[in-house]
Amino acid sequence: MREVAIIGVGMNKWGELWNDSLRDIYVDAAIEAIKDAGVDHVDGMYIGSMTPGLFVGQEHIGSLMADYLGMKGLPCTRVESACASGGVALKSAFLEVASGHSDIVIAGGVEKMTDCSGDDATYALATAADQEYEVFHGATFPGLYAMMARRHMHDYGTTREQLAHVAVKNHKNGAKNPKAQYPFEVTLEEVMTSVMVADPLRILDCSPITDGAACVVVADLATARKICKKPIVKITGIGHATDSIALHSRESITRLDAVTTAAERAYKMAGKKPTDIHFAEVHDCFTIAEIIVAEDLGFFKKGEGGKGAESGETHIGGRIPINPSGGLKSKGHPVGATGIAQAIETVNQLRGDAGARQVKGAKVGMTQNMGGSGGSCVIHIMEVI
Amino acid sequence: MFPSRTWRENPQRYRLEAVKCAKHNKVFFPPRRVSPGSLDGSSLKPYQLPNEGTIYTFTTIEVPPSQFKDSAPYVVGMIELTDGTKITCQVADCDPSTLKIGQKVKIEFRRVQTHGEHGVLSYGYKAVPAIQGVTTV
Repeated sequence: MREVAIIGVGMNKWGELWNDSLRDIYVDAAIEAIKDAGVDHVDGMYIGSMTPGLFVGQEHIGSLMADYLGMKGLPCTRVESACASGGVALKSAFLEVASGHSDIVIAGGVEKMTDCSGDDATYALATAADQEYEVFHGATFPGLYAMMARRHMHDYGTTREQLAHVAVKNHKNGAKNPKAQYPFEVTLEEVMTSVMVADPLRILDCSPITDGAACVVVADLATARKICKKPIVKITGIGHATDSIALHSRESITRLDAVTTAAERAYKMAGKKPTDIHFAEVHDCFTIAEIIVAEDLGFFKKGEGGKGAESGETHIGGRIPINPSGGLKSKGHPVGATGIAQAIETVNQLRGDAGARQVKGAKVGMTQNMGGSGGSCVIHIMEVI
Repeated sequence: MFPSRTWRENPQRYRLEAVKCAKHNKVFFPPRRVSPGSLDGSSLKPYQLPNEGTIYTFTTIEVPPSQFKDSAPYVVGMIELTDGTKITCQVADCDPSTLKIGQKVKIEFRRVQTHGEHGVLSYGYKAVPAIQGVTTV
């Protein structure tokens, strides 16, 4: 397999983008990434999108986006793995370049979530859970993560305050991210008194509904060296795993086996261990998710993720900065685009381009993108050369 | 939604029909075609889930999906049945503020939702807190 690098990144300012359509927001992000890379052509494209069919009634978006990018004829595939769709698109692009089939490939992600009502969006998102044995009974995603949170609190003594610390920290980072949907700080008290969504999770524990797109350009290392004017960021490890999509079918609901397995695979491929990682962008769709994932990636012992969130170790400047971008919580979570936006933040950090939220001396970064309540997970380890 | 989609789940939803794998000594609910790792379902035999258990975890849904718009707030829990199998369902007839992990519940046959624009009524199981001192059949 050839070595593969990310040579260009692009994304919109995320938010409620009422003036722009699904195709517009994707094209904007893709053009920015192509210009950042400085390439004059691409050989293929993968687009992560969870359910444009339910959100805006549009499927077949591979061809649609190729056409509106002015690249009719380009081989383009939409990939889906719920909220991990973006991460899987990046993996697909990596494999196409690593195999030698193509030299320059776009990995993108897009979701347009505000063209439908809030309860229709809740329904659309819930299709990533077991439709007949979870959703049928009225379970929602906040509800599934709330059940994980309550059990984590019961088993390990994780506190309501510790959950809130995740939101406070991510908003503090996101306040420094010009692309974030909610670039403002929140206080512990604001999180803990915000509207209840699914007890014990409140609205400020939840990632928002977002319109947004994100794209990266990947290339083989030889092409990257020829074209790239910025520091080259190599993808050195990939781990991908699945689990039962129904939470109740798993042995434990306070450990995410798709995450531990994907992490094991990514660490092995990159020849790294948790202490080698300088920062991580993780899938904080809910505050409890960041706590459990930080444990399952090996940054904290099982059960100590809550204490870790409270201790400040996950802040920029801490032992293991988590979500310097602001995470899904502050940056926004257009589900299919999230995995790509995590890669963009990682590239920006490794290039030294992250401005006020720069993690000093960052040479090795990780992205952890997850689908459903942990039914799929894809992890990338990246290093700057 | 066509009624066939909910109708075909009736054995599970009405009668808690599962399968048990003789090889893994493990219960699967809903039933599945093959035993994990074998590409073969011959070790899977019909199995009846018990109708009693305890609350493993729970939440109160304040923001429902469209088809439960009229029922919110409602409690969704994960129930650990007496044989160790876990299922997800609503916890009915309860005061959410007094519910506790480990609390005993029985599984009852209830109306679960009115589905889709045709208003198909769907029935299934819900958990109900067991009254202390009363043995359920």
